[in-house]
Amino acid sequence: MSDDRNGANEANGTDERENDGQRFDRLPATADERVVAGRPTREEVVEWWAERYGVPPETWDGHTFWEKGKGKIWAFAGDLVSPNPVEGLGLRILRARQEHWKPSTNAVQRFCGEATKNVVFLDGEEADRFVRGEDQELERWDGDWGYLVAAHEFEGARESIGVGLYLHGELRSTVPKGRQEDLS
Amino acid sequence: MNPLGRYAPLVDDEEAFLSACDRPLPSVVRVNTIKATAERARSALDAEGVGYEVTDWHPGILKLDERGPGTTWPYFHGWLHGQEEVSALPALALDPEPGEVVWDACAAPGSKTTQLADLMDDTGILIGNDNNLGRLSALRHNAERLGVSNLVVTNQDARNYSLKPFGEDTDDPQTVGAFDRALVDAPCSCEGTIRKNPDALDRWTMDHVHSVAGIQKGILRRAVQATRPGGTVVYSTCTFAPEENEAVLDHAIEEEDCELVEWDAPENFETVPGITEWEGEEYDPAVELAHRVYPHHNDTGGFFCAKLEVTA
Ligand SMILES: C[S@@+](CC[C@H](N)C(=O)[O-])C[C@H]1O[C@@H](n2cnc3c(N)ncnc32)[C@H](O)[C@@H]1O
Repeated sequence: MSDDRNGANEANGTDERENDGQRFDRLPATADERVVAGRPTREEVVEWWAERYGVPPETWDGHTFWEKGKGKIWAFAGDLVSPNPVEGLGLRILRARQEHWKPSTNAVQRFCGEATKNVVFLDGEEADRFVRGEDQELERWDGDWGYLVAAHEFEGARESIGVGLYLHGELRSTVPKGRQEDLS
Repeated sequence: MNPLGRYAPLVDDEEAFLSACDRPLPSVVRVNTIKATAERARSALDAEGVGYEVTDWHPGILKLDERGPGTTWPYFHGWLHGQEEVSALPALALDPEPGEVVWDACAAPGSKTTQLADLMDDTGILIGNDNNLGRLSALRHNAERLGVSNLVVTNQDARNYSLKPFGEDTDDPQTVGAFDRALVDAPCSCEGTIRKNPDALDRWTMDHVHSVAGIQKGILRRAVQATRPGGTVVYSTCTFAPEENEAVLDHAIEEEDCELVEWDAPENFETVPGITEWEGEEYDPAVELAHRVYPHHNDTGGFFCAKLEVTA
């Protein structure tokens, strides 16, 4: 599915060149079609998931991408006329418009089954700690710093748990409060 | 006033009915096949030593022996959702297809919405609406945990729901002008939830039943109007009161272009037909096609569910 129309919403008469935090606006397909300054493009988002985590670009073939609020990017499994006003449109997949884009826990669980890069595997106790929302030393990681996909072996396959921020030998859990659990 | 005595004449076994209403409800989960198969989810529960029994009418609906599902890995991964057993009926009755446009008029907190998304293979357009903004955040939270990405969340009064947010009356090819299917899981007097909330009936009054029935009629009528001819509307409540069930259906088939259609409850799930007479009122005989579920029949909460087809 292509996002070949730009993010403008003619219907409600607001300035198309500005980002309106209350509205869902479609991401432009490519930089050539960008109208709103600083808005990421669909191409950039797909490439970012592929480059940073090895998520195959075709993962997103059925989804349209939208921005609401500053840099909050949502993936919706269908296509629609820029639908406004609405309270939610698909799943929040990442936070852009900042130096290091941050994927969401729910996106990683839903779309990172095939991630191949920047995936850190946790053993049983580490995974429990991570889901409780705790930070932990993880000296063995010698890959990139920044936001990693935390995963574990589960039911005979790899299952993504969430997003960890790796800095100075420490893995910080970003599992949101409302999702933290004591599973030990 | 405890209204359950009103329904004694309707049930086959009054004593069994009243004593089932007094028992707490088993803890039940539904497997979310957007993220895992029923086999994998069951195997994950086995691995954690969580005891459960598969219901004899659905392989993905499991009765847990003890605690709620919240503190298990398969729950954390969004493979399971805590949902009362009987509340799985309406989505099965609506039976949406992948790719369709489906409206859930009273969606929060989203047990049935997320089940609909699952039945649609997380494709198409699922619109989850509720007039209570606070409850919508629970809907969003549940949907995201379960990996649902085909959901649009709206905050409108369903009685005069507007399709304007979806480009109604424009010539854009992506415009949504009508729904293929709609679910009205209506606000109600909640008599059937007495097993879950023992104080559910503390504030029961006949006045409330009548006022909520007015809202139900308004929402069901709007659902029929906004669904395309040939489309399906399902009406459900968790209450026994005929004023909120058969009477609402009777009103809708009288006022709108729709008719009740037959729907077979799942095999091994016991229901009885809708009633055509109540306290001096008579309802269209077609309301017998609706399903009443009493707590003692399947050891669930009480429920009501009917399937309609839009005729024009
Ligand atoms: C029985 S509950 C829905 C449960 C939900 N379908 C589920 O499965 O989780 C009824 C809902 O209707 C909402 N409601 C009440 N009046 C409404 C109206 N006029 N328009 C839209 N929603 C309404 C309530 O806020 C409540 O969330």
